[in-house]
Amino acid sequence: MKVLASIVSAGLSKFGKLDGLYAREIFAEAAKEAFENCPNLNPKKDIEALFIGQMSESYERQGHTGPLMLNWAGLNGISAFRVESACASSSVALRVGVMAIMSGMYNIVMVGGVEKMTHLPTSNNMEILASASDFPFEQWHGATFPSLFALMATAHMNEYGTTEEQMALVAVKNHENALLNPKAHMQKKITVQDVLSSKIVSWPLKLYDCSLISDGASCIILTKPELAKKFTDTPINIIASTQAQDSLNISERESLTTLNSIKLASKEAFKMAGLTPKDIDVAEIHDCFTIAEIIAYEDLGFCAKGFGGKLIEEGETKIGGKIPVNTSGGLKAKGHPVGATGVAQIYEIYLQLISEAGKRQVNGAEIGLTCNIGGSGATATVNILKRGD
Amino acid sequence: MSVTSIEQFYAFCSQKKLMGVKCEECGALYAIPKPLCLKCSSKKLSWVPFKGVGKLASYTIVHIPHPRFQNEAPYILGVIELEESVKLLARIKNVKPEDIKIGMPLKVDFEKSESETWPNWPRYFFKPI
Repeated sequence: MKVLASIVSAGLSKFGKLDGLYAREIFAEAAKEAFENCPNLNPKKDIEALFIGQMSESYERQGHTGPLMLNWAGLNGISAFRVESACASSSVALRVGVMAIMSGMYNIVMVGGVEKMTHLPTSNNMEILASASDFPFEQWHGATFPSLFALMATAHMNEYGTTEEQMALVAVKNHENALLNPKAHMQKKITVQDVLSSKIVSWPLKLYDCSLISDGASCIILTKPELAKKFTDTPINIIASTQAQDSLNISERESLTTLNSIKLASKEAFKMAGLTPKDIDVAEIHDCFTIAEIIAYEDLGFCAKGFGGKLIEEGETKIGGKIPVNTSGGLKAKGHPVGATGVAQIYEIYLQLISEAGKRQVNGAEIGLTCNIGGSGATATVNILKRGD
Repeated sequence: MSVTSIEQFYAFCSQKKLMGVKCEECGALYAIPKPLCLKCSSKKLSWVPFKGVGKLASYTIVHIPHPRFQNEAPYILGVIELEESVKLLARIKNVKPEDIKIGMPLKVDFEKSESETWPNWPRYFFKPI
């Protein structure tokens, strides 16, 4: 096992409907928290580059957001890189940050993500989000994001007998966890019946199977492992950081019930860390739709193929279960400001591993995993984090 | 031999032809046209006529539509496994939501786009045989 880079601080804005704020101002909230939590860091002197994930300039008619986010974090002059990979934008930005540290070019960098979405009506959001799918061969034929995951859900139900009730349980669990997270977008306890009777979005997916359209930002401070102790007594080490792709168009994939990008990225991540899925104490998994969490359980190796529905049914992914998943509330209830999500997952695992997750703390968590996907799974990233010694 | 481009694919659709792409080196078939073979990286790709028949591999009933389809919801979207063993995403028409079943045989049909400006590709869709 090799430490690729160390996280020495992290920040997260409130997630939700943040009326009257612009993306840059929300990013500043996340940056302030990261700076405040790290008194030994002198941002202007120490930070050498910013890697920022943001999906779409359509939201605020604002492009070129690398330098913009840099300035609103109170920094100037240093390199800023904006990375776009749909809903995986900031976890891909993180990988670029990790590579920048490992290359030796930089010692200390900031990685973050942001999206401001809620000021636009649902139809605009549907169209902007759909832009991460294939325009001439998916969108042109009426595909929306929910519909692409619904196609996977129907196939999974047909092939493995997964039920709408099992999918609903993912939503119930993640809403329950969000009740314990003051930064979550939605704090509302729901039942399986609430999910099943909610409005159909794209059958078999109902409103409560879908994650939230949210505003929010996330950030972390990343350093070379040997510098970490200068900034904190409790650095969290990144011991694997991987990424894989699949075709943008779901019809060109080998299977509709497997996300091969997750399979490839997780296989490589476990190999890199010298660990197996059994070693993971807590995980944040991309639950843009409830079926996505179930498929990810299987493709990450938390259970055998086809048994994702059973895993949620047995309660093993709740806090207190064998492998707690989405203690933050996940995209489902914490919220899904798309560009912010990847690093927001890292933020949650960081809190868990430094034992600062409050009421949702997983006791004795030492090793955590994040799995972030972009689009309908054409991008997947997996990161494995471990408490430093 | 014409270029295996997206515009050419849709030009065939406007003649009611569903054309696929075949790699001349390794024989791989694609429903979505591309300039390089994903299996062997060959540049030698050419058009082949597809039969336009297949089976429904999965489906969804879209209630909250893509903004372009505002007036058509609910509509059925499917992934069709073509007889040539490649898949294509398309709308499924002429079938009631309660009658739709994975595995049902389907055949292709085409309709014109109402749009005068780009994009104005015709649309392929599938219906029961």
